[in-house]
Amino acid sequence: MSLLASASASGQVSGTAPGSGDVTPSRKRRFGIEQRRNVTGWVFLLPAAALILLMNFYPMAQAFILSLKTGRGTRLNFADPLWYNYQRLMQDETFKLTVQNTFIYLIVQVPIMLVLALILANLLNDKNLRFKGLWRTAIFLPCAVSLVSYSLVFRTMFSTDGLVNDMLMGLHFIDSPINWLGQTGTARLVIILGLLWRWTGYNMVFYLAALQNLDYSTLEAARIDGAGSWRTFWHVTVPQLRPMILLTAIMSTNGTIQLFDESWNLTQGGPAYTSMTMSHYLFELSFQKNPNFGYGAALSYVILIMVALLAAIQMKVGDKRD
Amino acid sequence: MTRALRRAPGYLFLGVSALLSVLPLYFMAVSATNTSQDVLASRMLPGGALVENFLALVASQDVASAMWYSTLNAVVTTVLALVVCSIAGYGFEVYHSRGKDRLMSFLLLAMMIPFAATMIPLFQMFASFGMVNSTAAVILPAIATPFLVLLFRQSARTFPHEILEAARIDGLRELNIFFRIFLPTMRSTYAAAAVITFMTAWNNFLWPKVILVNNTYQTMPMLISNLRAGYVTDYGVLMLAVLLASLPTMILFLVLQRSFAEGITGAIK
Repeated sequence: MSLLASASASGQVSGTAPGSGDVTPSRKRRFGIEQRRNVTGWVFLLPAAALILLMNFYPMAQAFILSLKTGRGTRLNFADPLWYNYQRLMQDETFKLTVQNTFIYLIVQVPIMLVLALILANLLNDKNLRFKGLWRTAIFLPCAVSLVSYSLVFRTMFSTDGLVNDMLMGLHFIDSPINWLGQTGTARLVIILGLLWRWTGYNMVFYLAALQNLDYSTLEAARIDGAGSWRTFWHVTVPQLRPMILLTAIMSTNGTIQLFDESWNLTQGGPAYTSMTMSHYLFELSFQKNPNFGYGAALSYVILIMVALLAAIQMKVGDKRD
Repeated sequence: MTRALRRAPGYLFLGVSALLSVLPLYFMAVSATNTSQDVLASRMLPGGALVENFLALVASQDVASAMWYSTLNAVVTTVLALVVCSIAGYGFEVYHSRGKDRLMSFLLLAMMIPFAATMIPLFQMFASFGMVNSTAAVILPAIATPFLVLLFRQSARTFPHEILEAARIDGLRELNIFFRIFLPTMRSTYAAAAVITFMTAWNNFLWPKVILVNNTYQTMPMLISNLRAGYVTDYGVLMLAVLLASLPTMILFLVLQRSFAEGITGAIK
């Protein structure tokens, strides 16, 4: 391909510069240019590739070795048996609880969010919609706020004497204030609501981008065939968006499994660990009280395996219906 | 009339979504100007306590320092990330070969590595270089991301080959073609990449929290998170700090919104 391009380039040279003598450069020389460009390409991508290898893959390998070690601080030795940390993890009730919490967030929040984002994107993609920019900006705006910031805003809003209770009481939905962050169910609910608020617009933008590239004639054809807007959306639009839905599903799963900021700032993992996420527990194990890097690394590898497995499952399901 | 009626549910849905999206942000902004009592009384109008809250905040926290380190981290990360990742994406696409394609697919796997799984060894690595509590340690892991490289590789795909060849014929060196021709034509991709990187860097919490052990170089997210940890929370002061921590990214997003959308989409009219 690039050889072809350079051939056409030399053709241009002979066209634009008549009388330049030798019109066809020797084969050897052309090969030299190709090779030099190949090397240039490697040089261009080297810094990024080296950084990604050093900051992602290398630590990942290190974490696995670390997960086989035990000890405090910097005095670490290989455990006996090697998988001791993993064994211990399987009996760790707090760990099991944080896995359960994380999966509740994942299973409840991700599907609702993606459906909402799809509906919003579809509404915004309407050519005759008015105030389009206004809607889009408003719905995407939560993404401009940091996770810590919104966690603290939600914490304030959902405090016992906070805005949400005041509003619900004003509307006579409830008689007495709810202790949102003090009870397991409602604390988890607040985290889910927070996640929906923060990320729906983000996913909507991806769907909007995919909708721009949609084959418009298929929508027209569906309309001519008499399909209603709901059926057109479900049978024509959604199948074409499947690659993007797959991508957003994987990204959201990945993000939710690693949830930290909300657990730390919004509920502080409470009450009694019942809203704590895996990453939050990992931080507590690794960098608070009595840091245990080996045990933390084992936990981090469980997170890694979960991310990989879920992505693999999603890719399999996402591809199957083709 | 019937058409307008048919559209009503759509507008209603959009309206409610937009309202719910903006409400917490409005509450945050308004509460920054109210006293703690007024915040808890759910006052939804601007009050007169802005200066009071500001003085209380500055008296208890080194906001200027946190703002400075947040800005420094985010700006340096963004500039370096744009240069390193865009030239890599360009290199992968324009000079593509089988080896480079294979390397790219391998690097993309890094998108699947959760940060949690690299955090402890990264900390150890920087500790062994004596770089705990340094800004460099905050920035270095954030420079090269497979996502940005991919974004620039995709945009390099739309870079017309004729322009490239014409520039070569004009005798431009490869590096100059990149800086003088590719870079200016891909402005919207750069804008999108800048917004994403700046926001991620500014908002990053877990890694700075891990690597910045003492609070000398703490960033805004760390500062507001620590405010929460106090025994008595002054909600007016807290919301003002949260507002200050959020303003830069919100302004950046609003200013670059259009190019951001364009860069992500490829082309919206």
